[in-house]
Amino acid sequence: MSETPAQLTSALLYLDGVTVSFDGFRALNELSLVVEPGEMRAIIGPNGAGKTTMMDVVTGKTRPDKGEVFFEGHVDLTTLDEAEIANLGIGRKFQKPTVFEHHTVLDNLRLALAGDRRAGFNIFWRESDEERSRIESILKIVRLGDHSNRLAGGLSHGQKQWLEIGMLLAQEPKLLLVDEPAAGMTDAETHQTAELLREINRERTVIVVEHDMTFVRELGVRVTVLHEGSVLAEGSLDQVSADERVIEVYLGR
Amino acid sequence: MKRPFILGMLDGRAGIFLAVVLGVAVLVPILNLAVPPTSPFHVPDHQLPLWGKYLCYALLALSIDLIWGYAGILSLGHGAFFALGGYVMGMYLMRQIGTRGVYAHPVLPDFMVFLNWPELPVYWYGFNWFAYALLMIFLVPGALAFVFGWFAFRSRVTGVYFSIISQAMVFALMLAFFRNNFGFGGNNGLTDFKDILGFNVQAPTTRAVLFASSALALAVGFLICQWLVKSKFGKVLISIRDAESRARFLGYRVENYKLLAFVISACLAAVAGALYVPQVGIINPSEFAPANSIEYVIWVAVGGRGTLVGAALGGVVVNFAKTHFTTGALAPYWLFALGGLFIFVTLFMPKGIVGTLSDFFAWARHPKRESSNGAEPVGQRQAAE
Repeated sequence: MSETPAQLTSALLYLDGVTVSFDGFRALNELSLVVEPGEMRAIIGPNGAGKTTMMDVVTGKTRPDKGEVFFEGHVDLTTLDEAEIANLGIGRKFQKPTVFEHHTVLDNLRLALAGDRRAGFNIFWRESDEERSRIESILKIVRLGDHSNRLAGGLSHGQKQWLEIGMLLAQEPKLLLVDEPAAGMTDAETHQTAELLREINRERTVIVVEHDMTFVRELGVRVTVLHEGSVLAEGSLDQVSADERVIEVYLGR
Repeated sequence: MKRPFILGMLDGRAGIFLAVVLGVAVLVPILNLAVPPTSPFHVPDHQLPLWGKYLCYALLALSIDLIWGYAGILSLGHGAFFALGGYVMGMYLMRQIGTRGVYAHPVLPDFMVFLNWPELPVYWYGFNWFAYALLMIFLVPGALAFVFGWFAFRSRVTGVYFSIISQAMVFALMLAFFRNNFGFGGNNGLTDFKDILGFNVQAPTTRAVLFASSALALAVGFLICQWLVKSKFGKVLISIRDAESRARFLGYRVENYKLLAFVISACLAAVAGALYVPQVGIINPSEFAPANSIEYVIWVAVGGRGTLVGAALGGVVVNFAKTHFTTGALAPYWLFALGGLFIFVTLFMPKGIVGTLSDFFAWARHPKRESSNGAEPVGQRQAAE
């Protein structure tokens, strides 16, 4: 509550005193978090720390019982639904890769591409050359150029993760929320994914929720540790991993 | 890639289907009217309304496939829209009877005279004009679908819950239409039709035109559905079917897409109902029976969900079988046969007739490639739902 209005306007994402309870269980407990534009932030924490619930609140899936959530300093996210928030420029990647399995890689990207989302409009939609070239460039970024006509359902786990990231890029969000992108990936894929996220971070703000410490180290960004629904520690990975309370939470006493 | 859209829309299967339907629309009436009855090519008079009925069922099945096969909305109440379309047409046909009714009342249909109604209820006004009735065929079922869909989809009612409330809707309508004072002929429904647009509904030429109209309606309905599912709109529908939350987080208003598809589907079902009524000569509340709406879904499953052509084929094939089954010694066993067919298709042919055949041809052409799992929009998982 002590934030000054100046911070309110400069932060891309601003959460203050956010509380969410499910049947008496407090998934988020007075959570406050500020992410600046252009930043990449890693969020870690043990199971049940509230990482996914935090994402649900930001993307409009869950309404907080209490607290403020602002995007770009002035848009109150607690009053909007998923589609409105997505169209504001917040993209979300699920923990389990979620792509449209019965569509080709190309169609998956086409559907994600920023543009008119109205039902009536899309009955008459035809692809423009500009849209086509944007898709081509995304295919290159996510390394799926050779697979563009394959059905997404036939891709490997890692390729699906990348396709989903590609879909987020196509959406052209200002803020990307990425839930455990390295889960279930091989070491080589994990390394490539870290590289990919750093590349994306050049133009966009990214929040990564992750369990994998080697991956977080590879990202080399500021880390927020969540515990029981609120922030336990914040700083570089070395700082937080030296923190007594963090060690206690992760290793038990 | 840059083919004109209309051609890109008609892949092999769709093209063949359309050619057959249009061919039938022209050929069957000719074989009935112009070929002498002694010729082996003559189509007997009684076959025309029968096959016209099948074509209406095919259009009804198509309308269900649009929402079930592509948007994952399992409506077990589509009979409501079919029957409402039928009732609208029935009201027009009733007003055409004039003084030829049993009671020879110039304005009131027989059942109203029988119930001692002094005058025509307001909601029967205008149905003496064909154009007005035509408008109402779209407007009445479309409005019901809009209101029902608006509340259901906005409240995010999905899956089996949606199916149950759609059954409840069709059941409620059946009870309402059974009541005499509801104003639609009670359990007798509307019947004893004489003329349509000034032509005798029983005349061979009228029947031929009605048959051709049914085939044409099926062709147009098919083109509309094919266009919708091949457009980006249709791709969004499939996305919603397969990963609704992903579509939402991409910024699509899922409820609007479902609602638009649902209303279009209801209108197609209504057109089918409207063409069905003059050919069978009656519409009564039993068309709203919940079991009927379930049967329609079985047609789609048998023909192949999510293939459009399959749904239409299922509507014809199952009803052809039904006609022959229910008129012979096997009549008491029809429901067992239908139930058995559904179980067989669910267990052994989850993609239906067309889905299974197209898998087979794909495999025959490229035996080494994995089966087109997913090339057909509906896989095993959904078919079992």
